[in-house]
Amino acid sequence: MPINIDSALGIHAKALAVHGRRAEVLASNLANADTPNYKARDIDFKAALQQAQSGHVPLKATHAGHIQPAGTGLSSPLLYRVPQQPSLDGNTVDTHVEQAEFARNAVNYQASLTFLGGKLKTLLSAIRGE
Amino acid sequence: MSLFKVFDVAGSAMSAQSVRLNTTASNLANAESVSGSPEEAYRARHPVFAAVMNSLRGTESAASVRVAGIVESQAPAQARYAPDHPMADANGYIYLPNVNVVEEMANMISASRSYQNSVEVMNTSKQLMLRTLMLGQ
Repeated sequence: MPINIDSALGIHAKALAVHGRRAEVLASNLANADTPNYKARDIDFKAALQQAQSGHVPLKATHAGHIQPAGTGLSSPLLYRVPQQPSLDGNTVDTHVEQAEFARNAVNYQASLTFLGGKLKTLLSAIRGE
Repeated sequence: MSLFKVFDVAGSAMSAQSVRLNTTASNLANAESVSGSPEEAYRARHPVFAAVMNSLRGTESAASVRVAGIVESQAPAQARYAPDHPMADANGYIYLPNVNVVEEMANMISASRSYQNSVEVMNTSKQLMLRTLMLGQ
C-alpha cells in the first residue's frame, strides 16, 4: 500500500483533468457551430494524458506573449478536426460528431470520478480500520 | 478547474443564439410592414457571429461566441401594385420588406436547436461538477 496519496490515486486524477479540458474544447466547438470560418478543434487524449503524467510543472506566464515549452502540464497542443464535408461558410463543426464526443467525454469523466471515489473509500476504510 | 469555462462558453452561445432569435422575430413581425418607397421599406436583419479567442498563442482551449454585428439584407424590396392603398406612390406601388418568411422559419429552428444544444452542454457540465464536489462522500 503506497503512503503517497498521489500514487495511491494513480492515473485517475490526471485523467479527470484532461477530460475536463477536453469538455471545454468540445463545448467551444458546439458553441461555435454557427460561426463562419470557425475550425473545430480537439486534443489528442493519449498524448495529453501522457504529458499530464510526465509531471512537468508549467512555467508561470504573466504576459500574453509568454510561450510555454512544449510538453508541460495541460498545455498539449490543440489539433484541428478533419471535416466530413465542406461547408460554404468555412465552418468545420459537425454538430452531431461533437455531441457524440461530448457525451462520450462526459461518461469517461464520470468513470474517472467513480474510480477516484473508490480509491478514496479504500483509503478511508484503511485509515478507520473498521 | 477547466469545467468552469464551459459555463462561460455555453452562456455566450446562448446569448448569441437569442440575439439570432430576436432578429428572426423582428423580421417575421415586420414581414408585412408596407411602406411608400423602396428606401423606407424594412430590411431583413441577420446577426454575424464571431469566435472569441482568449489568447493569441492558441493554447487556450475555450473559444466563446460574440455577435460581431447585425447586417441588413441588401436584396431589393418587393413592389406590389395596389393603387387603392393609402401608402401607394404616384405609380400605384407599395413596397414590402425583403423578408423571406421560409428562410426565417428555417433560421428560427436552427437557432432554437443550437440554443438547446448549449443548454444540454451546460446541464451535463453542471452534473459533472456536482459529482466532482461529492467526491469521497
